[in-house]
Amino acid sequence: MEWETVIGLEVHVSLSTKSKLFSGTASEFGAEPNTQANIFDLALPGTLPVFNEEALKMAVRFGLAIGAEIGERSVFDRKNYFYPDLPKGYQVTQLDFPTVGKGALTITLEDGTEKVIGVTRAHIEENAGKSLHEEFSGQSGIDLNRAGEPLLEIVSEPEITNAKEAVAYLKKLHSIVRYLDISDAIMAQGSMRCDVNVSIRPKGETELGTRTEIKNINSFRFVEKAINSEIIRQQEVIEDGGEVVQETRRYDANKDITTSMRSKEVANDYRYFPEPDLLPVVIDESFISAIKAELPELPDAKKERFMQEFSLSNYDAGVLTATREMAEYFEEVAKNCGDAKLAANWVTGDLLALLNKNDMEITESPIRSERLATLISRIKDNTISGKIAKTVFETMLEDDAGVDEIIEKKGLKQVTDTGEIEKLVDEVIANNPDQVQQLKDGKEQVLGFLVGQAMKLSQGKANPGQVNQLLREKIQ
Amino acid sequence: MALDKSEVEKIAQLARLHISEADAEEVANRITDILALIDQMQSVDTESVEPMAHPLDVVQRLRADTVTETDNRDELQTLAPEAQDGLYLVPKVLE
Repeated sequence: MEWETVIGLEVHVSLSTKSKLFSGTASEFGAEPNTQANIFDLALPGTLPVFNEEALKMAVRFGLAIGAEIGERSVFDRKNYFYPDLPKGYQVTQLDFPTVGKGALTITLEDGTEKVIGVTRAHIEENAGKSLHEEFSGQSGIDLNRAGEPLLEIVSEPEITNAKEAVAYLKKLHSIVRYLDISDAIMAQGSMRCDVNVSIRPKGETELGTRTEIKNINSFRFVEKAINSEIIRQQEVIEDGGEVVQETRRYDANKDITTSMRSKEVANDYRYFPEPDLLPVVIDESFISAIKAELPELPDAKKERFMQEFSLSNYDAGVLTATREMAEYFEEVAKNCGDAKLAANWVTGDLLALLNKNDMEITESPIRSERLATLISRIKDNTISGKIAKTVFETMLEDDAGVDEIIEKKGLKQVTDTGEIEKLVDEVIANNPDQVQQLKDGKEQVLGFLVGQAMKLSQGKANPGQVNQLLREKIQ
Repeated sequence: MALDKSEVEKIAQLARLHISEADAEEVANRITDILALIDQMQSVDTESVEPMAHPLDVVQRLRADTVTETDNRDELQTLAPEAQDGLYLVPKVLE
């Protein structure tokens, strides 16, 4: 039977406020256990929450960035459950009146086509602490540094139909929150987490199948693998005459399978009710428009501008705007060398290949934007050829010297002296009488061969334009 | 709406309350009384009334995003039954 898949994502991003959502405790990653856990965060009796304005602004920023309805009145609710890393016994979240309502974002698929994925809502809530089960015999260790940190939970519509789309959606979200500077969104550190809802149904069927939820996947790659392995599992269950059970599963990357997290699924009953310690949050038009006025240029707009302003292809513009840092790097190179087209070729070509090979981010690039710009400038002013530039580029990786110094030191300067080039050309003519004759007889392709010979003779340093011209003049 | 003993047990379990066999029936009766009061309230026509999320008709005040608390871990951990390596220790929890 032919199946189709329906996927919805719930993505938690940790908002990068200085202090926690409801207390003035610092909210930084990587602090010593429980050094960021004070009386409110520990839920000591008598403490009360006070809402962090910045968290609200960040949520609104996100909402505006995806063209969402902004809830002018949002209400916090308690979600009740018991777990030691949740000292209050409830998580404060937004159930019926979230700050961000319906919006959408556009993803680009591998074949270049675009697809709009709806965002159902995004609500503000607090994070829980962390439980460590390993090192304490018979006991668990609790670190509450994370407890009460602000999260934005972004819920997609079930409009994603395969693992690749899910990853594209996640990457787009990642890019947007980083452009907005509201979260580090580092999956490996947990500042962006993803729960995936997966169900399958026979192709053409309109009713949704029973879904499972895969919790806490912590890399883009694992999201793709987890979804694919879960789709296969569900198909096998159904094709063997079984039924998919609605449950929470976890992805085991080593075995590339999902496993059930609870042997006996107890229906969750969170007994939500409005949080009596917090009043409704009301924001007015001026609050929203002030945030709107400060929104940065977002990936889609930037891509459009790159295509217009620098005449870049859709693909190149997409690559160069995928992350804010990449776009900044490229714009610096383009501005400093004065040739956006060449800058785009170098950044998407040699530089990106280098970064990918070493599994590096653009921010870790061993070649700073100013150095790359200087290198490109030397191609433009004919100091070196594009081919020699690649040699200089390689050298720059091991040698911190300035670009000009490297060119000088290695003797890579392009030969533009007519006398020298003439000597090269004469030598090539003398060594290749047959080809010279062919060219004289009108076999134009041979010219390329002869230019190549001269370039080879000069070890790549001759100016190919001049070589070309001189050969033409001499072989008439 | 009347509540039976098994429903009381479920609610108690969710709230992590221990209610003895002997008390269960009494608790069921009391909750049933409360539910009766709610039924009575629900018979009031509230068609034109905007639901409130809080009994006070006031709006939440916001706090500037500044760090006002300092690290009190050592003092706070003296309140806990057990702590080690900066972590609070609890009976082992595993799903």
